[in-house]
Amino acid sequence: MIDVLYFAWVRERIGVPREQVSTDAATVAELVEELRAREERYALAFSDLKALRVAVDQDLTDFDAPLKGAREVAFFPPMTGG
Amino acid sequence: MRIIVQEQPFDLGAEANAFAASRTDMGAVVTFTGVVRDDPSRPLRQMTIEHYPGMTERALEKIATEAQARWSLGDVLVIHRFGPMRPGEQIMMVATAARHRKDAFEAAEYLMDYLKSRAPFWKKELAADGESWVAAKDEDEDALTRW
Repeated sequence: MIDVLYFAWVRERIGVPREQVSTDAATVAELVEELRAREERYALAFSDLKALRVAVDQDLTDFDAPLKGAREVAFFPPMTGG
Repeated sequence: MRIIVQEQPFDLGAEANAFAASRTDMGAVVTFTGVVRDDPSRPLRQMTIEHYPGMTERALEKIATEAQARWSLGDVLVIHRFGPMRPGEQIMMVATAARHRKDAFEAAEYLMDYLKSRAPFWKKELAADGESWVAAKDEDEDALTRW
């Protein structure tokens, strides 16, 4: 099981801030494929990966990142701090 | 180094004064404050900042640690708020202390450039015509290339 978190409009499109996902995905990209196949709202949220950022265990990374040993994956739009 | 992520307002004057007074061997203190900006052509009612608890503190610490490695700094302070705010409210501040001003100015700019697009905050604006997420600007991403 892995905790999957969503922020900003990704959270709004998917409808929950976080959920536990049972997955054998080896990479973030594989996890995204599994989520996309679930329901329309996921397909919509993940329709353009260029518009998304990902963090694994609270470190920014990319969609090729391995998930082995990861506890938490977060998806969100480009950040707007400051 | 002090990194603070909080919902409530902060006292800019008190924070800046305490930061400046904490060392006697620093000749330069630079502070920057980000403020919720109203737009006369589309009056803003409220801005709400969402963040990623845990990662936010980690990301800010990483950025501040990198600034300390690149410049000769006596201290760094970052305060960033989340939650709902009204136009004119202070969103965040950074302060840098250095022996000389060049280090303090450059480090403050570096902190701001990275904090804009590498710290997990997202802004949502509420105006008369509804709510919208603030889109990240290409120029904010481009600003990182100069470092």
